[in-house]
Amino acid sequence: MVQPAADNAGRPFQLPRRYRTIVSFSLIVIALAVLWESYKWMGQTTGGVWPGTSLGLPVRTNNRAMPHLWDIVAALFRPARRGGDEILLVTLLEAAMFTFRSAFAGFLVGSTFGFGLAIWFIRSPLAERGLMPYVVASQTVPLIAIAPMVVIWGGQAGLPTWLAVAVISSYLCFFPVAINSLRGLRSPPATATELMRSYAATPHEVLTKLQIPAALPFLFPALKIAATASVIGAIIGELPAGLSVGLGRALLSFASSFSSAPEKLFGAVLLSSLLGVLFVGLVALAERRLIPENRRIAEIPEFAT
Amino acid sequence: MRKGKWTWKFGVFLLVMGMIAAACGGDDDGGELTPVNLQLQWFAQAQFAGYYAAVDQGFYEDEGLDVTILEGAVEIVPQQVVASGQAEFGLAWVPKALVSNEEGAGLVNIGQVFQRSGTLMVSWADSGITKPEDWADKTVGNWGFGNEFELTAAIEKFGVQNVNLVAQNFDMEALLNREVDAAEAMIYNEYAQVLEATNEATGSLYQPSDLNVIDFNDVGTAMLQDSIWVSEEWLASNEDVAEKFLKASFRGWMYCRDNPDECVEIVLEAGPTLGTSHQTWQMNEINGLIWPSPNGIGVMDQALWDQTIEVATSQGVISADPGSGAFRTDLAEKALADIDGDTTGSSWTRVEVTLNPGGE
Repeated sequence: MVQPAADNAGRPFQLPRRYRTIVSFSLIVIALAVLWESYKWMGQTTGGVWPGTSLGLPVRTNNRAMPHLWDIVAALFRPARRGGDEILLVTLLEAAMFTFRSAFAGFLVGSTFGFGLAIWFIRSPLAERGLMPYVVASQTVPLIAIAPMVVIWGGQAGLPTWLAVAVISSYLCFFPVAINSLRGLRSPPATATELMRSYAATPHEVLTKLQIPAALPFLFPALKIAATASVIGAIIGELPAGLSVGLGRALLSFASSFSSAPEKLFGAVLLSSLLGVLFVGLVALAERRLIPENRRIAEIPEFAT
Repeated sequence: MRKGKWTWKFGVFLLVMGMIAAACGGDDDGGELTPVNLQLQWFAQAQFAGYYAAVDQGFYEDEGLDVTILEGAVEIVPQQVVASGQAEFGLAWVPKALVSNEEGAGLVNIGQVFQRSGTLMVSWADSGITKPEDWADKTVGNWGFGNEFELTAAIEKFGVQNVNLVAQNFDMEALLNREVDAAEAMIYNEYAQVLEATNEATGSLYQPSDLNVIDFNDVGTAMLQDSIWVSEEWLASNEDVAEKFLKASFRGWMYCRDNPDECVEIVLEAGPTLGTSHQTWQMNEINGLIWPSPNGIGVMDQALWDQTIEVATSQGVISADPGSGAFRTDLAEKALADIDGDTTGSSWTRVEVTLNPGGE
């Protein structure tokens, strides 16, 4: 976005905002990498204690617990298996695409359900009072406990497994969307509602012409949370699903050979988080297109520049 | 018209995202053969090579079966999957299946594929632990969840005092970090993982000479492991299907005994994240758990069954001897009579497998 000229008046030269974002992002990545490697170096030098003390370090620094970052990156570009022609990165990208399908379906279903719930609650205070405790309680049930049940029920109902995984993913998505949308639907000032009423607007018109447009800026931060949650939900859903593809399977498989090939597990973790970041980026992109800048809630500023 | 604008833009956004998502996979369906499911204990690996080979080589198809292999996963218990009817056949360790039966699963063992236990207790050579008595005053890791009874039975059998039993994750980190003096390991999996790990002191892989191994088959508290279970109720009207399934599965295992490298390839095909040398090691050791099968593959070794029941009852795993109805050998014997070729594998010998770093 173009800065108003007055903003820059009297200040020294600054990079345009989009470059500043890239530079600060890169600096943080470099800082984290330096922190990782120097912690590892310190542990290796002192034999696993804080310098000058006999206090043990919280995390081991050997190559199994903390592989060198360059080893992790190198592992991504080596064949996934000896003699194979497909590098690990490609294998993981394929897994990520599969997981994204479940995550996206879960995101759609969960967000729609969450938004629908919010509309129902704003129209019916009785429903809100009666159901809200259950909505909150639903999020305190550990996902890992219900995931196997959903997979088994889905199997009995003849659902394809990836769809059962999507259901698990949607379970994590609907909550932030419902809560934020409810807040957004309530955000128009009373005077605005009264004005609508004075024009003899029906409740339906108040909803579609006032409340829903007012809720959109609140919806997108929630959709960003739902996007990351959908990826987490899909990965957890894949663990009991017995799928031969997907990030969940890759994580399980690499976790079981963690002792001998930790770089692969870290590589899979890296890809999993990148999938979440990418998904949030897509939502941010949609937000930029749909919501005028002055009405955006700057949760992750300049994310998808 | 501001509202119209965001609606269609949002619609286009959803459509594009949907197309990206839809491009990411697909499903297909089976043929006109008798469809049956086999539930594994874990995801595809050489531990299940015989079944994958029987699919790949068309042995099931020869018998008129369309077998779908259901991979195991976190919190998937094959006994429950079979009891609930989602799979006709399931693999399970004998003591675990007997526990499920005491809870009313109603399962029967129709093929005892593994003739020996694959469980080891592994320690560092410098710890001097060579026999169960040496666990006295030592920290000994075990996996729990029903995987520890060979160990606790051995401790009782030899009257070992002051063993500090600690929970161990399903990996060898605790041993590698020397947090435990001895750790539980499957000969076909975790033991190999130690040998695939780099010794940071020397920069090369750990060697078998760095380790001491206690094999529960030698200790005398071994329990029977991978076997094929079906629901008693289903079996009553499907004995012919069961017999055909056994015949094709046994042929798959014979194929893997004679062509281990091909079987490793078949397994790797099913699991893109598996390591080649690790699976080659596993194939070799799994063959060692099956072959030789003195009475023919899949036929119960009565003495080892009795030992399994004795350990299971003495350790409180099950409350009572389930009796002879818990397993059947007649179906396996009928299947074997129908197979041409060597069904005992008495001349099988281990091959030398070189493990690579990380099992690659």
